[in-house]
Parts: sequence; C-alpha cells; structure tokens
Amino acid sequence: MAYVVERKPLTLAERLYLPQIFAGLRITLKHLFAPNVTLQYPEERPVIPPGYRGVPTLVRDPQGREKCVSCQLCEFVCPPKAIRITPGSVPADQPDRLHIEKAPQAFEIDMLRCIYCGLCQEVCPEEAIFLQNQYSLSGYTRAEMVNDKARLYELGGTLPDQHYKWDKKKIAAEHGNTH
Amino acid sequence: MNALYQYWLNLPLVLQMVIKGLAVIGFMFPIGGACSLIERKVSAWMQGRHGPNRAIPFWIAWVPIIGPLLQRLGVFHLMADGGKMFFKEDPIPGHVNKFYFVLAPIVAMIPALTTVSVVPFGAYVDTAGQLVPLILADVDVGLLAVFAVSSLGVYALILAGWASNSKYPFLGGVRASAQLISYELSMTLSILPVFLWVNAPGGSGTLSLFAVVQAQSGPWHAWSGLWFIFTMPVAALIFLVSLFAETNRLPFDMAEGEADLVGGFHTEYGSLKWGLFFVAEYSHMLIGSGVFVLLFLGGWNPLPWLPLATFADWLGLAGNSLVVGALSMVIFLSKVLFFVFLFMWVRWTVPRFRYDQVMKLGWQKLLPLAIGNLIFYALVIAWVQVKN
Repeated sequence: MAYVVERKPLTLAERLYLPQIFAGLRITLKHLFAPNVTLQYPEERPVIPPGYRGVPTLVRDPQGREKCVSCQLCEFVCPPKAIRITPGSVPADQPDRLHIEKAPQAFEIDMLRCIYCGLCQEVCPEEAIFLQNQYSLSGYTRAEMVNDKARLYELGGTLPDQHYKWDKKKIAAEHGNTH
Repeated sequence: MNALYQYWLNLPLVLQMVIKGLAVIGFMFPIGGACSLIERKVSAWMQGRHGPNRAIPFWIAWVPIIGPLLQRLGVFHLMADGGKMFFKEDPIPGHVNKFYFVLAPIVAMIPALTTVSVVPFGAYVDTAGQLVPLILADVDVGLLAVFAVSSLGVYALILAGWASNSKYPFLGGVRASAQLISYELSMTLSILPVFLWVNAPGGSGTLSLFAVVQAQSGPWHAWSGLWFIFTMPVAALIFLVSLFAETNRLPFDMAEGEADLVGGFHTEYGSLKWGLFFVAEYSHMLIGSGVFVLLFLGGWNPLPWLPLATFADWLGLAGNSLVVGALSMVIFLSKVLFFVFLFMWVRWTVPRFRYDQVMKLGWQKLLPLAIGNLIFYALVIAWVQVKN
C-alpha cells in the first residue's frame, strides 16, 4: 500500500546549514586523531581468519609420514587442471606404510592455473591436501610458479590427524579383518 | 653584520626590490609544495590512513631518531612529488591550441605570485617606536590590488578549458568562469564594512591591509582591540565562503569535479604544467588565507586586545626589531597555516555542491546577505560617528 512519507519543513538551523557543517567538522576532527586503521603491509601482516583458502599444500601426519596415496581425485576434480600427479609405489624405507598401494612420485600444482576453489581439499579422502594461510606468492618465471612435491610439503607442514586410517587398516588386517 | 646592512642599503632600489621579491617567491613556492604534502597527510589521517610515509634518502635513514620520524611524516615525498613533475614527459595533445595551452599555466602562476607583493606578512617596531610592515609594496590600493590581480586567475582556467579543445576541460572552464565571477561580488561586498570602519571620515582614505591590522591593534578594552571577526562575524563568514569558492576548493571545486568532469580544466595537462596549476591553487589559498587573517583575525597580533608591540614588550624584545619581525611572521604564518588546514578539514567534511546549488548560494543567498550586511554596518558606523 502506498503511503506518504511525512517530510517536515526544515528548521532554521537546518536551512542555515552551518550547524550541520560544524557537526561534520567535529566528526572529521575526531577521525583526524583516531588511530589509523590501515596496515603497514609488508611490515605488518593481517591476521588470517580460520577457514581461509590460501595456497593449496600437502600435509604430513603427526608422525611425519606422507598422507597422500596418489588416488588422483584432486587431479580429476581440479576445475582449471592445475594439479598433475605422477603415481608411484611407496618407498621401501617406510615399512609401516608398505601396505598402502601407491604414493605420489611427483606432485605438481601450477599456481598460475589454480583458482583457490578448494575442491581438491574437499575431495581428498586422505585429508592430505589443504588450502592454508599463505596468500602471497610471486616469482620471476612460469616454472617458479609451479609448486613441486618438496615445495608443497614445505608449505604444508604437519597437521593433526584424527583417524590414522592406514594404521587401523594394518591392525585390522593383522587380526584377520580385511576391512 | 652592520657592514652587510650598509651594503644592502647602498644597493639600487630596483635590485633591492627584485631580491626581496625573489626571496618571497622562493619562500612561497616551497610552502605551496608543502601544502600539497600536508593535504595528502591530513586527508590520510582524516580517513584513518597513514598517508605517504615511505620515501627516504639513504643517508638520512642513518640519522637515528630524526630520520625515521621525517620518513613517517612523509617529508621526502614532497621532493619525490616535485621532482617527478620536473622530469616527466610533458606531452601536448595534438588537438589543442598550442599557444593558449602553454600560456594557461603561466597565466595561472602570474597573478598567484603577484598578489604577494601587496600583502604584508609581518611587522616590526623601528627605532622611533613606529610599527613598520614587512611588505614588498606598501601601497594604498592594497586590497583592491589583491582582488584585481587575483581575479585574473580565472583567465588561466578559462584559457586552459578552451585551449584544450575537448569537452570536459571546456565544461570545467565554463563552470570556473561562472562560479568565480558570481562569488567575487559577494566577496568584495563583504569586506566593504571593514574598510568603512577603518576609514573614518576626515582622515585620508586607504585600502592598505596594514591599516586594517593597525585598526585591530588597540589596547585592552578598546573597541579597536577587537578583531573584526568578532565585530563583523557575518562579513567574515561571507568572505570565508567566497574564499572557498574563489580558490576552487571543495565544496566548490566545480571547475575540477573529478567525479563528473574527469578533471575539469586540467584534464589534458600533464607533468609540470599540471603542477603549475596546483602550485597556483595553493598560492591562492595561502594569499586568500593571509588576506582573511589580516582583515578579520588581527594579522600578526597574537591575541585580541594584545597588539604585537605590547606582546614584544612583555617578552622584553622591545628594541630588537629583527626578532620582533620574525616573531610577527611566525604568528601571522601560523594563523595562515591554520586556515590552510581549515581548507583541508572542510574538504573532507562537506560534499561537493551541485552546480545549480553553487549558483543559487552565490546569487540568491550570499549576495543579498552581503548587501544587507553592508547596509547594516553603514548605518551602525554612521550612528557611531554621529554619537562621537
């Protein structure tokens, strides 16, 4: 329903406009002495909120073991095809992981292609790939902008693990349960 | 020292004047530049930013406390900004009228620097106990010369707008001319009461700004000790508003209007020519503020009812004309700089008026108010004269 907005005639003070200007001057003066809100960027860094989607990284479990099993789901789901995985077998010097079928021989994420959508993290069944807090990356060449496996682990570090999925599987297999 | 003084006095008068003039210009230019830095800093602080605080020559960075402080204040951005203007390529677009295009920034600078010559910027007490103004040319036309010359500044904007031969500068030029002409009227009318008061009948008439300050330098409790801003607040207000309009500052910067006119009259300009327009604008601001301080804020008198001479006596500087002169300049300049700050303060407070509002305010509000103010004070002054 249409209704009429009551527009009161302006008072003398409002029509003079000067009291309003003085009120405005007071506000701007207050801002002049208020602390600045901008960050001095390269020296001061912003606090990254939880859930931030930064550069995708590979993480290790608390025992320092590789978590990725080279299933290549992230490679398939990646919309801009930024991820390239070369599957390989688990190295022989990791006896407690030998029951795992595969491990990545090479793992590359092209950061010139990555769109930071987080689908790789979403799809990963091993919780091995995370988009973490790094938001700034730069390089002089295209090759520099491709993160290889070593770099990905360096960026990712270690994150807590709630499941220890493959340890449980190993124990279950030793007790005769295949699953 | 004395030999130097004698040598100075023996120089030809023309040479003395040229040196004095160059000294004043050499003082105005850096202050004009510094104003652009102050503008950036004040704008930043009012918006909750830090403002320019990066540039620093490495050999000043070695100085422990002062170096970083100067860096934080952005002092070296002043040189970076100015230096950039000098070294940038200076393109002249193909479609402009070259002669007038080049002429415009020069025409902008000339009135801005010429008006300084009749504005006193300090005073000292000579050996005879007389107050002598520090001024390049203490002429009786004083204020009339300021108005006559500074209103020539509008030709620079019109020239720039027309010579650029493109739409936005043209619109900017048209707006500038209309606006400056309309506000000049109320500006001139608003200060007439001041001169009615200063020029008592019977005495010799003067429009000298020094005389106006003298009329505000009375002792304690005398009428003449009050500054004119207290006795004629409406006149001061009209003058101040017109001053904002005349110097093309927000909320009246119709001629630039970067939101609707890209940059107005200076759209086609770059590098040093562009810079000259802005040095001219800041010089106008400085001179305008100076004239306001002289007319309404008692010039170099530190406080109402406290003339400079008395103040110097209190400080025990009575015989020392050099120090008194410097002191008066400091007082005067700090008042002027406060006004420069006011210009920036208002800039971030009041949004830009619409063009028709500017015209309406000028012709329908300020002009009648100025005329009414003039008639009122004419009657009051006549009444005071009759009573005495």
